[in-house]
Amino acid sequence: MSVGTIIGLWLAAGLTIIIFSFIYKDNPLYKFGEHLFLGVSLGYGWCIYYYNDIFPNAIKPLQEISQDSKNALVLIPIILGLFIILRVVPSLAWLSRFSFALYIGGFAGLAVPNVISGVFLPQLTSTINPLGPDWPSIIKQVVLLVGVFCTVVFFFFSWEHRGAVGKIGRVGILYIMVAFGASFGYTVMARVSLLIGRIQFMLHDWIGSMTGGGG
Amino acid sequence: MNFIRRQLPVVIAFCFGVALWAQYYIPSRASNEALETFTGSWAIILAGCALILGILSAIHHHWTKIRLKRAGFGYSIVTLTCFAIVVLVGWFPIQWPGFAAVTIADGSFFDWIFLNVFVPLDATMFSLLAFFIASAAFRAFRARSFEATALLIAGCIVMLGRVPLGELIAIPGTNLSMTSIAGWLLNNPNTAAYRGILLGVILSQVAISLRILFGIERTYMGGGD
Repeated sequence: MSVGTIIGLWLAAGLTIIIFSFIYKDNPLYKFGEHLFLGVSLGYGWCIYYYNDIFPNAIKPLQEISQDSKNALVLIPIILGLFIILRVVPSLAWLSRFSFALYIGGFAGLAVPNVISGVFLPQLTSTINPLGPDWPSIIKQVVLLVGVFCTVVFFFFSWEHRGAVGKIGRVGILYIMVAFGASFGYTVMARVSLLIGRIQFMLHDWIGSMTGGGG
Repeated sequence: MNFIRRQLPVVIAFCFGVALWAQYYIPSRASNEALETFTGSWAIILAGCALILGILSAIHHHWTKIRLKRAGFGYSIVTLTCFAIVVLVGWFPIQWPGFAAVTIADGSFFDWIFLNVFVPLDATMFSLLAFFIASAAFRAFRARSFEATALLIAGCIVMLGRVPLGELIAIPGTNLSMTSIAGWLLNNPNTAAYRGILLGVILSQVAISLRILFGIERTYMGGGD
């Protein structure tokens, strides 16, 4: 095992213990780990975004402007991007409105036809199907149809939730609760799975490396 | 000046939005290229600049804390130092002892920081939630109503259904195990509820998009003149 790997292992184990110390109570060590995580995340996020997105889309076309004049178009988003950064200067903050107008207006325009044809209609098509061919399929389709209808009615606030609408809405909230319960169960399992991963790291990789059994 | 500051952004949003909306109905090479330029390049650059703004804001927040020596300013020093180190290591291909002289590729010092600092901190931070989610579950799952009981039962079935033990727990006299019930629950009532929510979200998205295009919704412009 190289020196870099050993230092990395001990560092990772130390940081894991520091973060787990929060289970006892909030303490300066945990706060140190939390802020370290924040700093590393910011730096990591920026570097990855720079290399994967900013460099190929902004810097590289700028460098190749002499080879292809079409690359000059990239100056428009770069200038608009600088306008966004100028929000830090209060007297020039209004310039960022042009950038946000282009970005938000563009995506608003794109959203209308795309979400209707790409999501809304396909979701409706999968909900409204001919029943059959066997009983399990019929039950499944009815459960789905009733659930979608009742959930939509629950979120329809133009009518007061009384009488028939109230009853349908109540069925809707039952479906929503089942869905939230399922999501909660899923989240718990995902977190427990991460916890098992960390415990395995501590026992197998870290302690195992000291006893010669893991790593 | 008022027109430039207040009305021109709305005009830009309308023109650009309508142009990209119209692009959907004109499937030509030129319109596809325009769409590709916007979503694949311009939007990415603008989002990157928004990220820079966010980072500058975070730096400003921590720097002010350090400058004024506010409570916990030492932690801000940790944040800014770590940020500076990671950016330095990620941007400059320095030959660190024992590492490849590359910026962010495998075997670099940046990659080492990712594997030995970022990954353990990230995984531990999220695994910590396992403890707190258990106490939150206790509070949420105190079945006081029919709806809370439904939440409790669905949560328990899904949790039991996702572990090997769930395969062994079956309804007597049937071949229905917790795993299959959890699968049915996820594929049917769960799908139905989320589909209903999704349909509502899409209708709201269309409504808010139209409000933005026609200048009724202007919160993206922020306050001030």
